[in-house]
Amino acid sequence: MRYLIGRLVWSLIILLGTTWITFAIVFLVPGDPARVVAGPRADAATIASIRRELALDLPMRVQYARYLGRVLHGDLGRSYATRQPVTDILIRRLPATALLAAAGLLVAIAIGLAGGLVTAPLAGTWVDRAALVGSLAVLSAPVFWLGLLALYYVGYRWRLLPLGGAGDLRHLILPALVLGTGSGVYYARLLHTNLVAVLGEDYIRAARARGNSRLRTVAVHALRNASLPLLTVVGLDFASLLNGVVLTETVFHWPGLGRLAFDAVLNLDVPVIMGTVLLSAILVVATNLTVDVLYRVVDPRIRLG
Amino acid sequence: MGALLVLVAIVGPSAAPFDPAAAVAPQLAEPMPPAAPFYLGTDDLGRDVLSRLLCGARISLLVGAVAMVVTMVIGTAIGIAAGYFGGVVDVVLMRATDVMLAFPGLLLAVALVAVLRPSVWTIFVVIGLVSWTGVARVIRSEVLSLRERDFVLAARALGARDRRTLWRHVLPNVLPTIVVIAALSTSGTILLDAGLSFLGIGVPPPTPTWGRMIQEATSYYRAAPWLMLFPGAALLYAVLTFNFIAYGLLGGTRAPSA
Repeated sequence: MRYLIGRLVWSLIILLGTTWITFAIVFLVPGDPARVVAGPRADAATIASIRRELALDLPMRVQYARYLGRVLHGDLGRSYATRQPVTDILIRRLPATALLAAAGLLVAIAIGLAGGLVTAPLAGTWVDRAALVGSLAVLSAPVFWLGLLALYYVGYRWRLLPLGGAGDLRHLILPALVLGTGSGVYYARLLHTNLVAVLGEDYIRAARARGNSRLRTVAVHALRNASLPLLTVVGLDFASLLNGVVLTETVFHWPGLGRLAFDAVLNLDVPVIMGTVLLSAILVVATNLTVDVLYRVVDPRIRLG
Repeated sequence: MGALLVLVAIVGPSAAPFDPAAAVAPQLAEPMPPAAPFYLGTDDLGRDVLSRLLCGARISLLVGAVAMVVTMVIGTAIGIAAGYFGGVVDVVLMRATDVMLAFPGLLLAVALVAVLRPSVWTIFVVIGLVSWTGVARVIRSEVLSLRERDFVLAARALGARDRRTLWRHVLPNVLPTIVVIAALSTSGTILLDAGLSFLGIGVPPPTPTWGRMIQEATSYYRAAPWLMLFPGAALLYAVLTFNFIAYGLLGGTRAPSA
């Protein structure tokens, strides 16, 4: 319990740090947000009154304190561009991104498990070496390029799936595959390494000696122990998955948070940028907290202090 | 692999058959598929893809290399400081690292570039600023174990100051690790730069980067797939080269974490 509270406090401090950094960055924007809101034809008096209305004339730390106070009340301000509350915009865009991220994670874990299980017993053979080169190649390919290739072949040439946009499940398949493949290959290599180490342990030999088949030994006895460290990596990797989300959403015209953040930066829409970055940081911190706690539940050797 | 990459980066622009910024195709309105003398085709503005690819090599690799150096300098300095001094310094620096790790790097980079206005220098600094965290963590754990080793303790017992101990005893011993992470992080910085270019905020035009060539090709991916195919393949080749170098240095024992 004390461990849990400790982790929770650290998570809050990290979140506070993230709000401070994003606020500081945005505060330094050379463009004038008041002018952006007012539009190109506004006169100086209008701009000045908007600046006062948005409290842009106050010192940085006062603006930050006010911002933080509003965030605690669930108020992330209004978009400079559309005047809508940022919270509403984020809530509207979140489901699409959550769906894509979850599907991508699922693909990644499936590829990781399958890849690790297949290659580990073959360690040292040519199949294993080919898989290694192949996975390095996948890790080296830009995700947006993979997305375009998938769109060109699967969507355009073979006409198997729609060319981007959101809708039914068929729209989700390509973006999820493209998003999850990179992480999946990475998980597969890690699981491979862990499995190879675990397969040399005494209890594996004991399981084999008791008459378990080779497949059962690997899939049941070895996998349970080899996949534990993977859990932490999945948590740590979540931030890079969100990176992929931004690019994947752009390629596939997926109406989610990634595209929203990018458009907001181009429009100098400060509250939307802050909201998106804050939300993604919350997601990352929450994922890592969950993984940490889960890890201690799954592995009885690490007691929840 | 690496040799070819370096060769292209050095002689690339002068080996380009055409001016990469000029409309050289006989037919300007739409892209032409690969055919002599335009071996990789031409784009929607009638520019030669091969020439642009060769010129893009230098800038793409330069950004990757310089951003890697920035990443390594920040990461190594923070990692060594946290690991060597320990205590409060360690706690503060590692919590700062955790804060940075909570950001999806690309989003943060997008925000930073928007603030600082795109230029080659901005890209160098921004990529360095968002990708040092992994380096700092690895170097820190390395230094933590070095700090307790006899030769470091001996140096300090003999009255060596921190600066001397760090330069003469600690740094040389983390150097092998630094070299491996440097290769890995080069592949990371090249990909991040390509991602920024693809979002339209990388190195500004008219410099042809591989990432922006792909971005410009997105509207033509159905009619003219060669426009995105070749720059993507070039990126893949460059990043793969650095991953192979890192993997080779590791002796093939650990999984890559690019």
